[in-house]
Amino acid sequence: MAKITVDGKVFDVDPNNNLLEEILSNQQDLPYFCWHPSMGSVGSCRQCAMIEYANDDDQRGRQIMACMTSPRDGARYSIDKAAQFRAQAIESIMTSHPHDCPVCEEGGECHLQDMTVMSGHTYRRYDGKKSTHTNQDLGPFIGHEMNRCITCYRCVRYYKDYAGGTDFGPQASHNHTYFGRFQDGALESEFSGNLAEVCPTGVFTDKVFSKHYARKWDLQSSPSVCAACGVGCNINPGERYGTLRRVVNRLNDQVNGYFLCDKGRFGTGYVNSSERLRVNMVRSAHDGRPTEISPTEAKSRLLALKGKAIGIGSPRASLEANFALRQLVGKENFYAGVSEVEFGLLSQIVEIYKSRPVQAASIRDIELCDAVVVLGEDVTNTAARIALALRQSVKNLGRELAAKMKLPQWHDAAIRNLAQGRKSPLYIIGPAASRLDDIAKQVYIASPADTARIGFAIAHALDSTAPAVTDLSAAEQSLVASIATDLKGAKKPLVVSGTSLLEPALLQAAANIATACSGAPGPGRIVLTAPEVNSLGLMLLMDGSQNSLGKAMQSGARAAIVLENDLYRRAPAATIGRFLSGLEQLAVLDHLQNRTGEAANLVLAAGTFAETSGTFVNYEGRAQHFYATFKPAPEIRSSAKWLCDTEFGAEPRIHVLTGGAAALLPNGYKLQKLTPGADWNFAGARAPRQHHRYSGRTALRAHLNVHEPKQEQDEDGIMNYSMEGVPPLKDSTIFSSPWAPGWNSNQSVFKFQKHTGGELLQSGHGELLLDVPAADKTWFAAVIQKPVVEGFALFPLYHLFGSEELTARSEAIQAKATGAYVALNPADVERLGLAASDGVQVQHNGAVPYLARASIAPGTVGVPVGLSGLNFQDLVTPGLALNKASNWQNPKDWRASNIIVSDAGSTTAYGRGVQGR
Amino acid sequence: MSNLIASTAPKARKLTPEEIHDIEHEKTHYPYAQAVGLEALKIVQKYQGWVSDESLLAVADYLELPPDELEGVATFFNMIFRRPVGKNVILLCDSVACWMLGCDGLKAHITKRLGIEYGQTTADNLFTLIPVPCLGACDKAPVMMIGNDTHRNLTPATIDALIDACQARG
Amino acid sequence: MTTLTNKPLTKNIEIGRAPFTFAQYQAAGGYQSVGKALAMKPRDLMKLVQDSGLGGRGGAGFNTGLKWSFIPEPDGGPRYLVVNADEMEPGTFKDRLLMEHDPHLLVEGMITASIALQATMSYIFLRGEYKEAEAALLKAIAEAYEAGMLGQHIAGSTFSLDMAVHTSAGRYICGEETALINALEGKRANPRFKPPFPQVSGLWGRPTLVNNVETICNIPGIVSHGVDWFKALGINGQSGTRISGVSGRVKRPGCWEMPVGTTFRTVIEEYAGGMQDGYALKAFLPGGGSTDFLMPEHLDLPMIPGDVAKAGSRLGTSLLMVLDDKTCPIGCVHNLIKFFAHESCGWCTPCRDGLPWVEHILLKLERGEGTLKDIDILKEACGYMAPGNTFCALAPGAAEPLQSALKYFMDEFVEHVNHGCKYQRH
Ligand SMILES: Cc1cc2nc3c(=O)[nH]c(=O)nc-3n(C[C@H](O)[C@H](O)[C@H](O)COP(=O)(O)O)c2cc1C
Ligand code: SF4
Ligand code: FES
Repeated sequence: MAKITVDGKVFDVDPNNNLLEEILSNQQDLPYFCWHPSMGSVGSCRQCAMIEYANDDDQRGRQIMACMTSPRDGARYSIDKAAQFRAQAIESIMTSHPHDCPVCEEGGECHLQDMTVMSGHTYRRYDGKKSTHTNQDLGPFIGHEMNRCITCYRCVRYYKDYAGGTDFGPQASHNHTYFGRFQDGALESEFSGNLAEVCPTGVFTDKVFSKHYARKWDLQSSPSVCAACGVGCNINPGERYGTLRRVVNRLNDQVNGYFLCDKGRFGTGYVNSSERLRVNMVRSAHDGRPTEISPTEAKSRLLALKGKAIGIGSPRASLEANFALRQLVGKENFYAGVSEVEFGLLSQIVEIYKSRPVQAASIRDIELCDAVVVLGEDVTNTAARIALALRQSVKNLGRELAAKMKLPQWHDAAIRNLAQGRKSPLYIIGPAASRLDDIAKQVYIASPADTARIGFAIAHALDSTAPAVTDLSAAEQSLVASIATDLKGAKKPLVVSGTSLLEPALLQAAANIATACSGAPGPGRIVLTAPEVNSLGLMLLMDGSQNSLGKAMQSGARAAIVLENDLYRRAPAATIGRFLSGLEQLAVLDHLQNRTGEAANLVLAAGTFAETSGTFVNYEGRAQHFYATFKPAPEIRSSAKWLCDTEFGAEPRIHVLTGGAAALLPNGYKLQKLTPGADWNFAGARAPRQHHRYSGRTALRAHLNVHEPKQEQDEDGIMNYSMEGVPPLKDSTIFSSPWAPGWNSNQSVFKFQKHTGGELLQSGHGELLLDVPAADKTWFAAVIQKPVVEGFALFPLYHLFGSEELTARSEAIQAKATGAYVALNPADVERLGLAASDGVQVQHNGAVPYLARASIAPGTVGVPVGLSGLNFQDLVTPGLALNKASNWQNPKDWRASNIIVSDAGSTTAYGRGVQGR
Repeated sequence: MSNLIASTAPKARKLTPEEIHDIEHEKTHYPYAQAVGLEALKIVQKYQGWVSDESLLAVADYLELPPDELEGVATFFNMIFRRPVGKNVILLCDSVACWMLGCDGLKAHITKRLGIEYGQTTADNLFTLIPVPCLGACDKAPVMMIGNDTHRNLTPATIDALIDACQARG
Repeated sequence: MTTLTNKPLTKNIEIGRAPFTFAQYQAAGGYQSVGKALAMKPRDLMKLVQDSGLGGRGGAGFNTGLKWSFIPEPDGGPRYLVVNADEMEPGTFKDRLLMEHDPHLLVEGMITASIALQATMSYIFLRGEYKEAEAALLKAIAEAYEAGMLGQHIAGSTFSLDMAVHTSAGRYICGEETALINALEGKRANPRFKPPFPQVSGLWGRPTLVNNVETICNIPGIVSHGVDWFKALGINGQSGTRISGVSGRVKRPGCWEMPVGTTFRTVIEEYAGGMQDGYALKAFLPGGGSTDFLMPEHLDLPMIPGDVAKAGSRLGTSLLMVLDDKTCPIGCVHNLIKFFAHESCGWCTPCRDGLPWVEHILLKLERGEGTLKDIDILKEACGYMAPGNTFCALAPGAAEPLQSALKYFMDEFVEHVNHGCKYQRH
């Protein structure tokens, strides 16, 4: 720590940081544009000017850019004395700005507006022509309005340097500098949405939001958690007039930091979908016709199933909803709504966390790792935010080189220039090339089982007490040796795997590697992705029960309650069909119409994450609370509340259920810490969901009634559905969208952090439920079932846009998704005699288009999960028969250009070969 | 994005053997392909007169660089022509020494004679007129280049003669 | 004993004759410095150059040997010498002369400098428009390879060196040494922040030295003939010779090699023959478009960086540009600012967005549309673009002719407000 004096005030600062970051961390107002807490400094915008004095006698000082300066202990600085320069800088930046704030999506939450006011530039003196640009069509997610650009370079620094995108960049020069693509077209990065938040003005905007736009102060929002995958990024959804308008990032420095993936940001359209279940229905047993019933009747019919029905829970429903169902049907009758295989995988993950000396790595941890091996998990498509974190991990070599040369770690450009593309090692082993191959030291194409074998061998190479693998090829041996060397040499080695390939041996191999890395020092770091937002929560709630969906189907039950779960996505259609038709009574609670709901005779409209509150547990075992953003129509309720019977009261507050679930969970008491408590208030007032500047409260319904209606009440406490109340700004467990005096944009978040770029005031990380056990090193045996395959060996392919059930039904996601297909090696394409115009007959499951991918091993076939036109669950057989489908026409929803692949022209050696980069 | 996926975007053309030969030669000077980007664009321009989208994509393909990266470089430099130019590019120096000695008058003269402003190309595709910063021959101002040749101490008469010669060559 | 030349930079130059071939150059005493350098310890060579007092000829004038000495000890990895031959500073035309007419002098200088720096590869970053220079250099390099002066084990030693010419494509900012490094890497030529200095982390993150053409052309002489000889070449307490010249309405515009320390008057009145008949000297830019105007009362200053700085300007490239009494100073500054605004790389705000505004006001003034408030904005702009406020020296350089014009010709600015430009346009 160092002490500095700024305009007479004394601050403690970290001399290893840049002065700007330290000034902000001390809550001072200093304008900036090009700097970003996640991206470091480059010093291009010249907005953060300060004066530095050489010594006590120095009266004039020297102007510096705070972001490019390391604070000196004992030195004297001034913010005030550089005010004139900062005003000049903003004035010249604004010479070509269009001043179109009334029609600009950024209006009211614009960093440029804030900085302009803060710098004191109000009167326009420039009377010349503005330089103007043409805009590009950047696809369905991001709007482009280049005239608003102030050339701060943040977009390219984020898109290229941070997120590794290659299809976007700066063009031209001087005051014609342009930020765009070589040609019009959809941005390829899966993280493009962050541009809208990174851009300090309205050049890059959320196009989905623009279509039904509202000002920031007209949005009602709450602290929430993205429900689109097992990472559980923190978000702020925004609602107006009963529709969910947008999602923006909510800082959680351990999970998502400042960035989201595009599925999470743009995938919530299903909340507003016309396919939403908005009424409650009974379906006539004799002609299947639905009849609308009142919520009261719906509830009593549901509760009437108590004692008769089994309950099928859901990995995409909250802990509370699953718990309420479990209470309703009883522990023995509660089944996890996941397939037999998935149940096994998830149990395996829980067992690993509970019994091995390993620690699940958070996103932040991943970013700090300096050697990584990925075993068979295409994280870009299954848990995208992790992929963005891995892109940061490979930069640690550059940081280390910089440290050796005593270059400050904030010096972004210098570190990149020094590293010149040299990266910390990242190895990827799996059945197909992935989006991260460009940063991989080596990519090795291997079947799921072979990937596990290699994984076990790596563990053995790291620690000879781990079981060995005998039959490795020479290429595999050298791969294993090279990985082991790099992991050994690393300060923070990491292994990443997951459930998506449905191969338990992969999880065990990963556990062995992490175990082998443990102890030196601390537990071994591991990431095991979970498929859905609450997969792990559901599993922990099973409390030792082995009730999978498969067991439910064998239970002989005559009645069932299915919670937020389309069972057709979990097992072959025929099996599910048999099960459902064998039931006399089926009650379904869900958000959207689906095949399971169609079979139900009682359908209850369940609120989505945006309309309900509850708890999700992410892949690390991190429990996080989400607050309802808005109140749905009276017919729609949260599943947790639908399912409650008298034991908790008919309408218990959510915390009661959270508390109930807590009793079943390891470290369940920690769930209490997720909120400030149901009875929290500040001087009698709750926390508002709307901003203090909410403009339309009275006018909102003026065309219907000139009297202001009573505001909706939140029975769960803590937050109001209005702008009344006191924003608990310094309590990050209820941290809603940030807003501070003078700082109307998302940049204001620093006002709520302990240190700029870091943790929020009061822990808002969520709570880790699983302690790292003080376990000895124990090993999984390296036994791998090698399936004997006739026909093609299939493996699942996940799609960020399309595989997840709910987001797939959002319009914006559909624009980036494709219909089903199969992916084959070009040699197999030839072997099957497929012409470009042919399709592929997949066993008895109809025909689909095919995609030739060089990175897929001959004899194997990638089958996408969840895309329309093919049901993966129907195809899970040891060997798949593929045949040419002639007279074939590609379906309309076949959009190959939407497929995220990266095996362009690769000359991959398969199976036993190694592809180096 | 996989090249195995059908796409409607403009496609790279094939580089000619001469272009490939010259690019390969440049490659021998640098440890990384990216460093050859600008040289490769200039090579293409030498043979094609300008750098079309198809040419840019071809170079990007050949050097395995993202086209967007290369476009950022191509558009940064004044002398990479991303639009077609005439057979003879007239680079008229408009910097201070030439300005003092009358380059504005010469520009007016050329505009009158050829009917083109800065940035324009004659209908017969023979000439494009572009201003260029100081050509490092200030002691012989005014100065211009046509193609690879620098012409010094210009007057309207010498310019006419140069234009005549180009027109005679066709 | 041979008499040593007092024009080491231009002794081989004869306009109109083809440059010397390798053999001719060697016969004229060339390539002696290579052998001498190979026999010395690299650090001693650097010290020698430092002691000679040679200052960089690219504009800043920093002691060359001292600049070299910041390069770390070899670590087995590549190290680079880059010659800055981008010459685009308006009014500067010296490097072109050296390269077109005596390319072997540069090649020899680069080899010798590379020995001192233990460079493994050397590049000439050449302005793309310099076609004649490109041809001459390529020929000279090919000859040097053939003669064993380049490539593996040069001149039979253990030292190996390659050399290549990189031709640019017209961007003034590429002359800034860190932007040049980015350009050489094939990136957009935005400058880099210093520190780290290129000597430590330059081309591809490796130790790199960037020197001007003329700077390097001084090396053979210094190494061959020694420090004392070099020091004796200068006058007024200076070492060596440099190329200075004059453009504008003088009788004999041109450039000449002369002792460092020569006065402006000598250059303008003796070398360049004084002003053309009917024109009087109103002011002059001492060293390129990015230096402050000096006035006739400064004519007797010796061309020494410190002395020129005291007079409120910079020696820069020491290529003078005279402003005569019949040329509008505002028009002259407008022309310069237009150049700088266009050549701004677009990286930092004051330059990218400030210079176009200045250009706009100067145009208004020329057209008689300017106001006194506009003149205030021009004054402010000079402070706004002061050194340290921008990312590199381009914009501060651009502000220099403007601020000095405001200082010396304020009455004419005010005159323009009321009446526009009354000077005859040529
Ligand atoms: C905008 C700008 C343009 C420059 N252009 C040149 C140039 O064309 N040639 C040159 O030698 N130096 C140029 N310089 C100076 C170089 O940055 C660098 O100082 C010089 O090449 C170092 O060589 P020296 O030490 O031999 O003088 C320029 C500097 C700036 C800021
Ligand atoms: S002053 Fe700034 S914008 Fe201008 S050339 Fe230098 S870095 Fe680029
Ligand atoms: S934030 Fe410091 S220069 Fe941009």
